[in-house]
Amino acid sequence: MKRREFFIKSAVAGLGTAAYLKFGNNFDLFANTKTAPDNIYDLVAIKGGEADVMFNRAINSLGGMKRFVKPNQTVVVKPNIGWDVSPERAGNTNPKLVKQIVKECFDAGAKDVYVFDNTCDNWTKCYKNSGIENAVKEAKGKLVSGANESYYQEIAIPNGKRLKEAKVHELVLNSDVFINVPILKNHGGAKLTVAMKNLMGVVWDRGYWHRNDLHQCIADYATLRQPDLNVVDAYYVMKRNGPRGVSEADVVTMKSQLISTDMVAVDAAAAKLFGFDPNDIDHIVYANQMNVGTMDLTKLKIDRISL
Amino acid sequence: MIVALAFLLSITILFLDITFSLPEKFSDYPLYLQFIPSLLKYLSLGTLAAAGFLVVIVFTLLFGRVYCSTACPLGVLQDIISFISKKIKKRKYVYKKPLTKTRYSILIVTILVFLSGSVITFNLLDPYSNFGRILSNIFQPIVVGINNTIAFFLESFNLYWIYPVEFRGIEIFSLLFSIGVFGIVGWMSYKHGRLYCNTICPVGTFLGFISKFSLFKIGITESNCISCGVCERVCKANCIDTDNSSIDFERCIACFNCFTSCSTEAIEYQFRYLPQKKDGPIVNISKRDFVIKSAVYFVGASAVLKAQKKIEVYKENEIPVIREYAVSPPGSVSINNFTDNCTACHLCVAACPTHVLQPSFLEYGLLGIMQPRMDYIKGFCNYDCVICSQVCPSGAILPIKQESKKLIQLGIAKFEKDNCIVYTQKTDCGACAEHCPTKAVRMVLDPEVNKNAPKIDEEICVGCGACEYACPTIPYKAIYVKSNPSHLTAKLPVQEELEQPDLEEDFPF
Ligand code: SF4
Ligand code: SF4
Repeated sequence: MKRREFFIKSAVAGLGTAAYLKFGNNFDLFANTKTAPDNIYDLVAIKGGEADVMFNRAINSLGGMKRFVKPNQTVVVKPNIGWDVSPERAGNTNPKLVKQIVKECFDAGAKDVYVFDNTCDNWTKCYKNSGIENAVKEAKGKLVSGANESYYQEIAIPNGKRLKEAKVHELVLNSDVFINVPILKNHGGAKLTVAMKNLMGVVWDRGYWHRNDLHQCIADYATLRQPDLNVVDAYYVMKRNGPRGVSEADVVTMKSQLISTDMVAVDAAAAKLFGFDPNDIDHIVYANQMNVGTMDLTKLKIDRISL
Repeated sequence: MIVALAFLLSITILFLDITFSLPEKFSDYPLYLQFIPSLLKYLSLGTLAAAGFLVVIVFTLLFGRVYCSTACPLGVLQDIISFISKKIKKRKYVYKKPLTKTRYSILIVTILVFLSGSVITFNLLDPYSNFGRILSNIFQPIVVGINNTIAFFLESFNLYWIYPVEFRGIEIFSLLFSIGVFGIVGWMSYKHGRLYCNTICPVGTFLGFISKFSLFKIGITESNCISCGVCERVCKANCIDTDNSSIDFERCIACFNCFTSCSTEAIEYQFRYLPQKKDGPIVNISKRDFVIKSAVYFVGASAVLKAQKKIEVYKENEIPVIREYAVSPPGSVSINNFTDNCTACHLCVAACPTHVLQPSFLEYGLLGIMQPRMDYIKGFCNYDCVICSQVCPSGAILPIKQESKKLIQLGIAKFEKDNCIVYTQKTDCGACAEHCPTKAVRMVLDPEVNKNAPKIDEEICVGCGACEYACPTIPYKAIYVKSNPSHLTAKLPVQEELEQPDLEEDFPF
């Protein structure tokens, strides 16, 4: 029973008591809806344009937004909004890109598009100063807070090695489509943050991950459910001092974007773009071993586009 | 009355603005006239812009204790309680003898303690600060609770109109103290109107003393008076004695109930010629060398923290980390300056968006009880936030600009290697470096474990506590901020230019 139903059923009684329910394998309901037709690319790498333009072009190579979002579905878009910094500091996902994604979801017939992140700095400030609040509002999406434990529900991670359970934001659990929109940047602990690392923003107890082998936990969580789509923003890229950065001096302009349904592939490609060998980034290696996806880019059909 | 309600409402909103939607500057207006905070701010800043208390004194010298009936939020709160009390039970006031001795003893003790260098008595007795604590310690949690219940309910219908606000616990002593004061004030006003103001409140007594010399005072024009006693029965200060046709103006709080009740216009302001003028007590505080008894406390081993983390799989670390002094908020200059001026009204606590400012217990010593400190277990100081310095009415936290705040070093991060996950578990972590806004903490390869481990550059550390807050070790933190009892200036982090990538190049895969 979902909390929503629980509430409706129990009406006003028992306000304030959390329905503390495990979700188990409810996910299977939505999984496997996205086996790609043969003629479609596994990964699209694009460079040289504005973030929204690149996205439009890239999503077409993947079969268009309609392949991922069906009429009347609810979508949750998870950008990185972790830090109270301006877009030029490249701490958060490019607001233009977020706006374009929300728009395209609606064009594909989405009923509701929610956007949230469990931020590191004060969330209202992050949403505002990242430019994402405005972008989402303009595209008529709904911005939701991630800053309260009551949003998160505990679910089991059957294939996790160190991470056996996690408290996950209800939007991720309740929505039909999940679009992961990380920004590519340097990271003090995880070396690099891209798609898999971005999912730390949908769980509540991040400290646990840090305490219990960060890389393994990142890979463990990735075994749970692949996002339906991963869009890596590499327009501005923070090359050092990540994930927060100190000033704009940490940032280079790459004007690139990577999109794929495979988190491991997209992370491996992003690592190369950044200038790292994916083999040096433990969570990519672990996730590859655990069959979350493939880090062997030679096996993939890649569309490389220069605008 | 409208003025009184305006003051009360605006101050209440200030304290209960749980979503932080008010502009910071808003606080200046209703708080300007708060007597004790303004007095303290004036003494430490010396600017007329902070001299609300002088305005109060001037008003008192003219018309008596109008402060008590309008600007004082605790006073107006009492009026509301007595109003309700009268609705419930027809209650009439009668003239009571003044408790002059009690009143003046409290005032004298307050002043003496203040002159000897401590604000502790202000801290405990100032009506505005008590009101503030009642709001922030008792009512704010209630408002948060209601807000969150509604948010939770709406959200179950997929409506995200309002959001739940995070609640980071309460400091039990401050809560109990506030409940105690609220109880006493509530009971006194329920039964006897403004009894609290005329027995306990040192501001009331002091202003009462000044009003002895006021230019105008309320008096009974005997030729008009028909001795009906109505005025006595409506006087919530119990200061009208109709039998003797006299008003004890020292206790009169200028509420004007008697004016409106008198059918014969026998009560009016009378001119009292008085050549001799009285100044406010200007105290030289610069020479107050008040020794703080610092309380030693552990970093990390807090009950709150333990209660939060449920799933544990590895063994806890062992080195207790000890912080000698509490960290005082940015803009407070030093612990001394802070504890000398802070009346513990908890407005900064209510206004701090990251909840790092929390009421202390004994961390500043007995004399600094309840004054807010930076609690890096509950939050960290946002790099570009200066809200507390803008709302503080007493000058305990001086106004600072964003740019200068970024260089104020509240303390310095210290690393306890043997508590750190990189060393105890030999796995990557980096939560501290992740959060550090200046990169005073960065992850540097340590060949000993072949992992990146935290390194601290003390010169650029600002002591914001982001590293300590983020550090996930338990029960003790592996990184924590050691307080600078006097704040220092940090260096700006230096940044070299990066080479921009060539956009024409092919993809590296
Ligand atoms: S400056 Fe720091 S302590 Fe003061 S309100 Fe802002 S975050 Fe809180
Ligand atoms: S080292 Fe810690 S206290 Fe110092 S600036 Fe960085 S995060 Fe703040």
